[in-house]
Amino acid sequence: MADPLKNGDSGLAGTREDVPANEPLILIEMIQRLKVRDVMTSELAAVERTDPLRVAQSLMKNKKISGVPVKEGGRFLGLVSINDIIQALEGGYIDDPCHKHMSTKLVVLEDDMPLSFALRYFNKYHYGRFPVINREQQLVGIVCQRDINRALLIELTQEFNRLESESVSHCVPEDPFNLYVLREFPVAKYDFENAGKAANMIRKVLKEKKFPLKDIRRVAVAAYELEINLCVHSDGGVLTWRMSKGRVEITASDSGPGIEDVEWACKDGNSTAIEWIRSLGFGAGMGLVNVKRVADEFEIHSKPGSGTTVRAVVFVEPRSTDHRQHDQN
Amino acid sequence: MMELSQIIRTCNLKSVVVHEEEIEIKGFYTSDLLSDVMAHCPEESLLITVQNHANTIAVATLVGVRAIVIVHNRAVPDEMKLLAEREGLALLTSSDDQFTLSCRIGGLTDNFE
Repeated sequence: MADPLKNGDSGLAGTREDVPANEPLILIEMIQRLKVRDVMTSELAAVERTDPLRVAQSLMKNKKISGVPVKEGGRFLGLVSINDIIQALEGGYIDDPCHKHMSTKLVVLEDDMPLSFALRYFNKYHYGRFPVINREQQLVGIVCQRDINRALLIELTQEFNRLESESVSHCVPEDPFNLYVLREFPVAKYDFENAGKAANMIRKVLKEKKFPLKDIRRVAVAAYELEINLCVHSDGGVLTWRMSKGRVEITASDSGPGIEDVEWACKDGNSTAIEWIRSLGFGAGMGLVNVKRVADEFEIHSKPGSGTTVRAVVFVEPRSTDHRQHDQN
Repeated sequence: MMELSQIIRTCNLKSVVVHEEEIEIKGFYTSDLLSDVMAHCPEESLLITVQNHANTIAVATLVGVRAIVIVHNRAVPDEMKLLAEREGLALLTSSDDQFTLSCRIGGLTDNFE
């Protein structure tokens, strides 16, 4: 396994300068901030030095662990591993006291060491676990790789939740009028299975933010018709949803084939759609007319051979703003 | 305005996906053109159409349709059923054609124009 800290041999862990550009900085900061005591298992299963190895064996079996610390009073003496048990069973000395066969040449961690230190130990020594002692040399816990993975996952989740709530509160304060969005939805040619999904998602978000239903419908109509247009007429394109200060902009852009006669295409009933598409209920030449009707601003640019861009803008008014204005009047 | 259950009973509709029969239907629309539905279908309504595919659900959801009746007893594809389930739309079939069913429902409501 590669050393995640890549910090040479001296010192504890990577400082920022040591972190390669592609390393997740958040993780590096986390393993330096967390202490061994934050991730260790402290409810310890341990045996006394005079306990027979059989006691250690049954502890391992019951607790599903692969190593048991040996103590005398509070003091940590050594470790009996599953290997020691196997050898004891083979050698027929499973009833010997633990202290006779435990490993005493042990690498231990201290509870206030940063987690990065523990990770370095795992890479360096290839042990499955490390006992953890405090400053008074008392055994206070044990750390295995699984403890570290679990702790990091929990930390990452918390960090993610924190970042998310922060970003939400930055972007979407109480007033939905301040909802800022920039999203792109790719639309593939003739992909009727997915056509409409973007419009539906936009509608759901606006509904959640409690914009007036009549405005939501106008946005939904514009988005759906433009999405279907990309699906039916273009070689594939992108539907973009921009929103800022109650201005909703839906743009459909594609790179071909372009419209021969834009004015003709914008007239009710005019369409170049082929028969099987018409049979699905599309291509009746109402799409662009619908978009124009619901939009406060409408723009279309097209050139045969190069592509088409249609932009529709709908101004939506959040209900809270309605109330506010009402209150002021 | 009337309850869906009443329409189902009187017009002999077959339920394909119905979450709740006791929902209020506040308007009606008959069309096979989805852009036309987008443009003119009232909200909280029942839509009568021949279009038995998933895009009808998408359009219906966008404009706030509550129930869709597929005419001519046309088979409803699984994908359409699934989407109706997910979006909470009622999906029904009728052996009538659009005109006959529209007239039947028209006879039920005073608001019919």
